[in-house]
Amino acid sequence: MKKLLLMMSVLLLSVTLTACGSNDDTVRLGVIGPLTGQYSMYGLAVENGAKLAAKEINAAGGVLDKDIEIIAYDSKGDSTEGVNAYNRLRDQDEIHALIGGTFSSVTLAVKDLAVQDNVPILTPTATNDTVTLDAPNVFRACYSDSYQGSTAAIFANDDLGVTNAAVMYNRDDAYSQGLAQAFMNEFDDRSLSYTAFEFGAQDDDYSALLTNIKDGGYDAVFLPAYVAEVGAILTQADTLGLDVPFIGGDGWDGIEADYADVADGFYFANHYSKTDETANVQDFVTNYTEEYGESPNALAALAYDAVYAMVEAIGDADSLDADDLIAALSALSYEDAVTGAITFDENGDPIKSITIIQVVDGVHEVFAKVEAEDE
Amino acid sequence: MELFIRQLINGLNTGSIYALVAIGYTMVYGIIKLINFAHGEIMMFGAYFAFLFAFSLSFQLPFILVIVLSMFFAALLGILIERVAYKKLRKAPRISALITAIGMSLFLQHLAQLIFGATPYVMKQLVDTTPVTIFNFDISRLTLLTIGLSIFFMILLSLFVYKTKPGKAMRAVSQDKEAAVLMGINVDNIISLTFAIGSALGALGGIFYAMTYSQIYPTMGVLPGLKAFIAAVFGGIGSIGGAMIGGYLIGIIETMTKAYISSKWVDVIVFGLLIVILLFKPSGILGKNRKEKV
Repeated sequence: MKKLLLMMSVLLLSVTLTACGSNDDTVRLGVIGPLTGQYSMYGLAVENGAKLAAKEINAAGGVLDKDIEIIAYDSKGDSTEGVNAYNRLRDQDEIHALIGGTFSSVTLAVKDLAVQDNVPILTPTATNDTVTLDAPNVFRACYSDSYQGSTAAIFANDDLGVTNAAVMYNRDDAYSQGLAQAFMNEFDDRSLSYTAFEFGAQDDDYSALLTNIKDGGYDAVFLPAYVAEVGAILTQADTLGLDVPFIGGDGWDGIEADYADVADGFYFANHYSKTDETANVQDFVTNYTEEYGESPNALAALAYDAVYAMVEAIGDADSLDADDLIAALSALSYEDAVTGAITFDENGDPIKSITIIQVVDGVHEVFAKVEAEDE
Repeated sequence: MELFIRQLINGLNTGSIYALVAIGYTMVYGIIKLINFAHGEIMMFGAYFAFLFAFSLSFQLPFILVIVLSMFFAALLGILIERVAYKKLRKAPRISALITAIGMSLFLQHLAQLIFGATPYVMKQLVDTTPVTIFNFDISRLTLLTIGLSIFFMILLSLFVYKTKPGKAMRAVSQDKEAAVLMGINVDNIISLTFAIGSALGALGGIFYAMTYSQIYPTMGVLPGLKAFIAAVFGGIGSIGGAMIGGYLIGIIETMTKAYISSKWVDVIVFGLLIVILLFKPSGILGKNRKEKV
């Protein structure tokens, strides 16, 4: 009897699962990101940002007389899980466009499939250079790794006077590697000296590397990594008494929540600043804080912008057809973005400014703003 | 040379943690011939306990009390695990107990994920971390504390095992369970005691691990647990002194590899070492060669 009951409930579950398929009254946008696990803060921010945008757009009447529906699946930050999520979004939910993946590695894994399926992708946060290459249907709302990495190098040299840097990066992560490489290329171009220190994704103990860095007497450490690693590394640097400035990339966003004291005075490149006085930025920060009870990080802002930009493109195209939508995205000029106006170059990369933030007493302060230039 | 000594201190820090965890493996193996793969998870729970005692109470407990309470609860957890999962299998083939241990390890990981969630807890520093200068070396206070307390507890353990009655009983049970029963030793209690001590020391290792690396998450015990297991085999599984030596050696080898070769090679070298030891001296550095009866 028990067995029968179990079987029936399994059967029932599978029926309900398949029953929630698509209908044609909504515009369905898929989101893929790490919603659980050690990187969940990024995925949840993207999901929240996207949902906030959808809610606002729906309240204002939607697009093409339809409501926006955001369908978010967990990638756990893992490429295989990301591909599974993509397949589910494509086959089961029949999405019109994808806002994601959140990580470069996951987006790259999904990209090849999406190119074949001709699904329009606007990733809010995948910064790896190759994400938009050879893929007419792939766009992004953030700037690329190489742009960010070289900007960090220019900032380090011009503003902080760094001539001898330690570059500490995660060799298992495409994002971390990409930024480090661009930073080192820029230092090469300027004939400055640097030393690379690599660590692995599984490492917890960084004391050996940090002791070597301390011994090397560098002016600054460039550390392009995500908050979980950055926090652990800065904590250990602090206990070892390593007393040089650290510079990071947008993966540092949110460092002030748990690591304000060890990150104090350090710099990182970011997409926007919460403390920006512009009206649309402040509206976004207020609405987001009201909705979720925490202030938005850059990923939430990018996802919010990505949904708005995608909807603008759908409006321009006046159609949900993939080809029309891709054409509209290529020609898009979206001015009201929180992270700076979005227009795409021929690869699908945005042309936008970069903000250097300093962590001071647990608050983001805009230290410098580097305007976009044609490369 | 200065750099070398600094790296050596880093190695001792990591090694202390491995040694503490390795003792749990070796004690349990010594007494019931079981590789307790759930030991890394006890270490993880110890860290969570410390987090809860340190930050979720309405008043601030002193650091030493946080440690003692966490060790106590980890000891209870260890006893509970033994009573629930291993006791019934004492007469069963070794492989059954081993599989149960692996199952227990996975169970505890996912239990922690259910209770605490997958998002890491950030361990704020419980002690002053500013470095102190000793003979021109800046040494982290946390490192001093880790090394100092580890050695203190190891000495305490040695005194317990070699100088007290229950310690003597423990050694007796590990030598011959049946004969120990005939001598009037309550074997069940001694086994529980072994799990309790091993788990408490494992929890201490977990607390230092979390404090040094600042994060607590459900799978944090997996890799250090494996490394500590290697340390126990390296030193001679079943031998407490061997586990300590093994722990420190693995810690130092790891740090030196990271410092002078590349962090890429750490796991290759450590796990390769395990294979080499098993090939040439299966009983480890301090292990005795016992002939198995066929």
